[in-house]
Amino acid sequence: SKFTWSSLYFYDSVTLKLDYFKIGTSAPDANHSTDFEVHRNWLAITHNLPVSQWYYEATSEWTLDYPPFFAWLEYALSHVAKYFDQEMLVIQNLNYSSQATVFFQRLSVIFTDILFVYAAHECCKYVNGKRPGKELLEKPMFVLAVLLLWNFGLLIVDHIHFQYNGFLFGLMLLSVARLFQKRHLEGALLFAVLLHFKHIYIYVAPAYCVYLLRSYCFTANRADGSLKWSSFSFLRITLLGLIVCLVSALSLGPFAVLGQLPQVISRLFPFKRGLCHAYWAPNFWALYNAVDKTLAVVGIKYKFLDPEKISKASMTGGLVQEFQHTVLPSVTPLATLICTFISILPSVFCLWFKPQGPRGFLQCLILCALSSFMFGWHVHEKAILLAILPLSLLAVESPKRAGIYLILTTTGHFSLFPLLFTPPEITTKILLMLLFTVYSFSSLRALFRREGPLLNWLETIYLIALVPLEIFCEIVFPLTPWNLKFPFIPLLLTSVYCALGITYAWLKLYVSKAE
Amino acid sequence: MEKWSLMTITVLLGLIVRWTVSFGSYSGAGKPPMYGDYEAQRHWQEVTYNLPIKQWYFNTSDNNLQYWGLDYPPLTAYHSLLCAYVAKLINPDWIALHTSRGYESQPHKLFMRATVLIADLLVYIPAVILYCCYLKETSTKKKIASALCILLYPGLILIDYGHFQYNSVSLGFALWGVLFLSYNWDLLGSLAFCLAINYKHMELYHSLPFFCYLLGKCCQKGLTGKGLVLLIKIAFTVVASFAICWLPFCTEVEQILQVFRRLFPIDRGLFEDKVANIWCSLSVLIKIKNVMSPQTQLKLSFAFTFLTLLPACIKLTLQPSLRRFKFALVSCALSFFLFSFQVHEKSILLVSIPVCLMINEIPLMCTWFLLVSTFSLLPLLLKDGLLLAYVVTTLAFLTVCATFFSIFEKTSEEDLQLKSLSLSIRAYIPSFKAFPKIIKSLFIVSLTLMGILTSMSATLTPPQKLPDLFPVSVSVVSCVHFLFFLMYFNAIVLWDSRNGRNQKKIN
Repeated sequence: SKFTWSSLYFYDSVTLKLDYFKIGTSAPDANHSTDFEVHRNWLAITHNLPVSQWYYEATSEWTLDYPPFFAWLEYALSHVAKYFDQEMLVIQNLNYSSQATVFFQRLSVIFTDILFVYAAHECCKYVNGKRPGKELLEKPMFVLAVLLLWNFGLLIVDHIHFQYNGFLFGLMLLSVARLFQKRHLEGALLFAVLLHFKHIYIYVAPAYCVYLLRSYCFTANRADGSLKWSSFSFLRITLLGLIVCLVSALSLGPFAVLGQLPQVISRLFPFKRGLCHAYWAPNFWALYNAVDKTLAVVGIKYKFLDPEKISKASMTGGLVQEFQHTVLPSVTPLATLICTFISILPSVFCLWFKPQGPRGFLQCLILCALSSFMFGWHVHEKAILLAILPLSLLAVESPKRAGIYLILTTTGHFSLFPLLFTPPEITTKILLMLLFTVYSFSSLRALFRREGPLLNWLETIYLIALVPLEIFCEIVFPLTPWNLKFPFIPLLLTSVYCALGITYAWLKLYVSKAE
Repeated sequence: MEKWSLMTITVLLGLIVRWTVSFGSYSGAGKPPMYGDYEAQRHWQEVTYNLPIKQWYFNTSDNNLQYWGLDYPPLTAYHSLLCAYVAKLINPDWIALHTSRGYESQPHKLFMRATVLIADLLVYIPAVILYCCYLKETSTKKKIASALCILLYPGLILIDYGHFQYNSVSLGFALWGVLFLSYNWDLLGSLAFCLAINYKHMELYHSLPFFCYLLGKCCQKGLTGKGLVLLIKIAFTVVASFAICWLPFCTEVEQILQVFRRLFPIDRGLFEDKVANIWCSLSVLIKIKNVMSPQTQLKLSFAFTFLTLLPACIKLTLQPSLRRFKFALVSCALSFFLFSFQVHEKSILLVSIPVCLMINEIPLMCTWFLLVSTFSLLPLLLKDGLLLAYVVTTLAFLTVCATFFSIFEKTSEEDLQLKSLSLSIRAYIPSFKAFPKIIKSLFIVSLTLMGILTSMSATLTPPQKLPDLFPVSVSVVSCVHFLFFLMYFNAIVLWDSRNGRNQKKIN
């Protein structure tokens, strides 16, 4: 029976891959997102230039801004790429996108996704089904497999938009799975490697550090569960430190030797970008901006503010990179860092003082990811996936988490809609979203049938209201005259509405952890 | 999980696959001066919108029949007219008389693909869902699995959403006909089938089974009593539906005759292009077209077609049952496909859809047939640039069928519905036991052969002396398979009442 379910979801993932293939390679040419050109450029850079030039090359505006391991991955891929189309490896061929190039790129994403499939497989082994369902479709492991492999957000971002998130999330989930299996060193190694692939995962590093320190370096607890200082194992912490140092040396070593570390750091952490991404990730700052704008409008109408003093752009313009707040105080990168830090403190403390094993760690990881999404600087909507994917593991185990998962995932995925805006893609995204939403709701409801409804009436109404919102934003609004004057209204509405949902989910997650 | 949510997920999956295939290329894309079927459909919208009905099927200065003249029955024309009205609202350039020839743009492609999707959603998909929901004696899991497999059948998806046609409408109507007949709503069933014929006259391939089944039912009820009443009612329904569809053309006999001339181009010869049918395959050895006159060819194809389909139809008339009716649909359509006049490779869909209906009864053979039917479309798909879509959808279909129906395990004689036949054979050859093994190994060989031919067609260039090597080999291989299936399906119909225990209840 175990073989049946694993083979079934393997088939499921194979079919999925094949469909991805079709989706990916048949996306219309006009629609290649900039991500596609970014990766083509990186293939060219790593293939043609010596390592010392990688972080200096700036012919294209899409300079290398991921850590060195990713650059090495691109280097490896470029050696396969030359059999598909040599021209894509020429740095000067900006925006080059022949059929063979597209084909190869999409194929590479699908190929690297194999790691994600393997990681999902490993995670599914540690799911605690409360009562084993007779039907395969009702087994928690199967539900988790589908929720992970068919995740709408990942599908959209990786295979339609083009990124390698599947591979990276695979590494993260695999490290989580290894921690569940008590193979702590492997988990630490995988996470360290992951950090050097994409440094955004540093947001969840506190969870890892605290957990490994507390539950691995201190080998025993006292009877009441609190810390036993004497059980500190120097060997273990040395091993961990060694792993981290080794990985960092492998990654950054060559650049440190060449004296290029400052350049690399400046590429990796570009703080010149504004508080909000062009599409306004649905986080706390979206709400902050919306309140600010509302107050400004109200203020002008009721003559509290002097219209002369307010910069024109923030009133009628759309989304400007450097956002100067008019009524509320302006936000600096440091402020966001402090807010993020404060928001993750409770969960980190909880992990330290009351460790509940791997599950506690996973909760802390999710909270770190979500908190940094809420308060981070220049957060992209895609970052919500960092919280959604791990939460899937908890959602199939407890009805309360399932309810939170449904809210978070539906609003999070909905907030990704503005990424696909051309007419053919609109149908695709709606169909895929419906597929995932229908599946997640019905499968989780079937899993927890005996616990009653997963969402209360307010939450249900909130989620249902997404449908009229979508109709308004995509169909009604573009046909009205306001479309020319205020083209950003749909984006504003989407991100503010989703921000409400995501904030609610975040708070609820904290509350449920406290219980 | 509840049935409705599983069904919704199935439908959504089907729609997603359809829409993604539609991103691909279409028939005649960027190939002036004639382009392809896509341009034909656009041209029909132009003609039906701008010209009066009397001129639709005639060669006039405004309507050049050589350039994709209308050659489907009136319902297709009305459908094109409806689409044209919508096109006019969005962008009149798309259907402007004369000037819109060869119009190609992304928004227009989106519009055309959307019309196919909407037609599919309104006619074909509901029919499939209702059919699967009301299958008797099957578990929910099997119902959902059947629906999924039918909706994922690559042939229809690739032709409708890739090559570009509206087969789902006529096939959908035929399916509604079968559905109504399974509920004994004979009048509605006849009406639905008449609509199907009036949309695409190729549905005539299915007309004999419908006729024989209904006739058989009437005979069973007694030709002097209720049966006669039913017969008259059905006849009336048929005539009425034809009359309504053809109403604008009924004013002059010449109109009707001209439409017939367009629908049945007898002077076009025994076959065109490479199609997986007997005549084309035989022409590899004997050039039939050169040996016989057109009249003889016509008579020969007529004779063979009816010879091969007569046994099943006679049996159906004498002992009508729904199960026999469905098998007869397959065998008649297959006989027509293999032996008839002027067959197009797309007509294999007329055989495939009835085969889909039986996928939960004989999963292995149905899956095999459906794969071969898709494979037989390969030359057409390669011409349209749909190789990737073909490979992906076929593999997905095979995977789904293999998983849900465990086709590799279920190969016993009972599963293959061949129990009665093998019992008869064993009466003569006592040691004959090898059906399951033979079939399974043949299946694997067949799959491998198709895979090899596909990769060869896609990657290698044929030698100079034999430029059509690959299309012809694909056609010949498919033809051999189809002959085998013809014998198989006929065997089931003819042998199945011998062993009463095996006969399932009327489904």
